[in-house]
Amino acid sequence: MKVQQISIFIENIPGRLAEATKVLGDAGVNIRALSLADTSDFGVLRLIVDKNDLAKQVLAEHDFTVSKTDVVAVEVPDRPAGLADILQELDAAGITVEYLYAFVERLGDNAVIIFRFDNVDGAVKTLRDKGIKILPGESVYNL
Amino acid sequence: MLWNEEFETLPREALESLQLKRLQHTLERVYATVPFYRQAFQKAGTTPDQIKTLADLQRIPFTLKQDMRDNYPYGLFAVPLERIVRIHASSGTTGKPTVVGYTRRDIEIWSELMARSFGAAGVGRGDVIHNAYGYGLFTGGLGAHYGAEKLGAAVIPMSGGNSKKQIMIMQDFGSTVLTCTPSYSLYLAEIAAEQDIDIKSFPLRVGILGAEPWSESIRGEIEEKLNIKAIDIYGLSEILGPGVAIECIEEQHGLHIWEDHFIAEIINPDTGEVLPPGEQGELVITTITKEGIPMIRYRTRDITRLIVEPCRCGRTHRRLERMSGRSDDMLIIRGVNVFPSQIESVLMSIEGVEPHYQLIVDREENLDTLEVQVEVNEGIFSDAIKPLQDLAARIRKEIKELLGITCKVRLVEPKTITRSEGKAKRVIDNRSK
Ligand SMILES: [Zn+2]
Repeated sequence: MKVQQISIFIENIPGRLAEATKVLGDAGVNIRALSLADTSDFGVLRLIVDKNDLAKQVLAEHDFTVSKTDVVAVEVPDRPAGLADILQELDAAGITVEYLYAFVERLGDNAVIIFRFDNVDGAVKTLRDKGIKILPGESVYNL
Repeated sequence: MLWNEEFETLPREALESLQLKRLQHTLERVYATVPFYRQAFQKAGTTPDQIKTLADLQRIPFTLKQDMRDNYPYGLFAVPLERIVRIHASSGTTGKPTVVGYTRRDIEIWSELMARSFGAAGVGRGDVIHNAYGYGLFTGGLGAHYGAEKLGAAVIPMSGGNSKKQIMIMQDFGSTVLTCTPSYSLYLAEIAAEQDIDIKSFPLRVGILGAEPWSESIRGEIEEKLNIKAIDIYGLSEILGPGVAIECIEEQHGLHIWEDHFIAEIINPDTGEVLPPGEQGELVITTITKEGIPMIRYRTRDITRLIVEPCRCGRTHRRLERMSGRSDDMLIIRGVNVFPSQIESVLMSIEGVEPHYQLIVDREENLDTLEVQVEVNEGIFSDAIKPLQDLAARIRKEIKELLGITCKVRLVEPKTITRSEGKAKRVIDNRSK
């Protein structure tokens, strides 16, 4: 039930960000979701793409430092406090969220949010127990 | 292997009396044939006949690289040009290069010392030596080449550059010995890895690496990545070229300097005073058999110390500790002496960090600034920001603890740091601009 995320170290944010996305575009890799975390010196670009191995390969060929991380895609109901309720459940179970970001595309009326947990397996179990819908990788990559 | 057992194991007493005899002869000769030396000795109020012991050498003035430039190109030659059979020159980064000339006998001695050096590294007949030192004005390529032939090994004259071809030749020809700079050996390993070639499975056994300062931690990395024994060799064109000193494979600790041909002194680089054996300072070398261009008390700018304890390999020639930097490379940052090798040792002590770094020194509002750029490889990269910031903070803290200076640590992408195929450029000092 995990989703693979690709992270890229970006030193010079404006130029290299454009380059990284261009490298992926040229290789025919589609970006499904992304988030950029940055500091004054560097940034980390996190991506969910449709072709993980190809993406990692072409980025490495262009001298980007890349890593793969397991994240969880959660379907969040389209109602007030939809996300807040989920976060509360996780908090109650002692699961820490490192960061999260949203998918551009929606699933029907619902939003899809990517969660990075310190303890992925524990988080998946908690979400399941609470009846919260987790999306498998294959359905996310081609959303 | 002892190439020249008699001389390599000469008892100290005999070695020192040979040194004195050869020193006196050299001083007499340069006094008679090189106006620069005659004037320098006269100015210091001394003549060769006053040198009765090795300690008397201290009465003779130093020779500097600048003296070679001032006497460009042939002013320091002690023989007429008809007796010179080879000319090399240093890659002077500023101004004129320094020029050295060799007589036929100089080339023979150089070949012998390089053959001894190969022997000390455990290399002999039957070995295939892949020589990736540059052939040309630089002494590295031809110096190692002649030594390899003298030794009776098969030498492949690769020179530098064209790294993919180097790897192909190394693999196809079954090279057992690699001679190049330490940074180039790592570069080759990197290029091989990029092509999915397992360089560790090559028959390569020994790397004889020199021509730039390197550290114990880089040795570990080279030995691991290439699956070889990495041996440190020392030389400089002003004195001879490669083969002035080398580690023995038995100890891999300290470089035996061939004392039947050179006299080594360690001085305080600020005062010029000779330091007692064992103390760290600048290496000063006097050549005592060279004909073409003898060097008297040449200041190498390399920082080291003499190891006087006997070595278990049986050689009686004393050892120079691995060069810890050049007094030229020494940066003075806010009044503190900083060697790039010190920063390197901090980086290498942190798990996952590779020794790919660059130091940027600048001045802002009359205050020196130091920025340490460190490449982020997959080993230290994380998808979260915090661990990367923690890593930068840790490097900064450890540098502060070691050197007492505050610096900025900037994480950069791999290969941002210029890695030439020869020497790695570690320092960019913008203060003089
Ligand atoms: Zn030894």
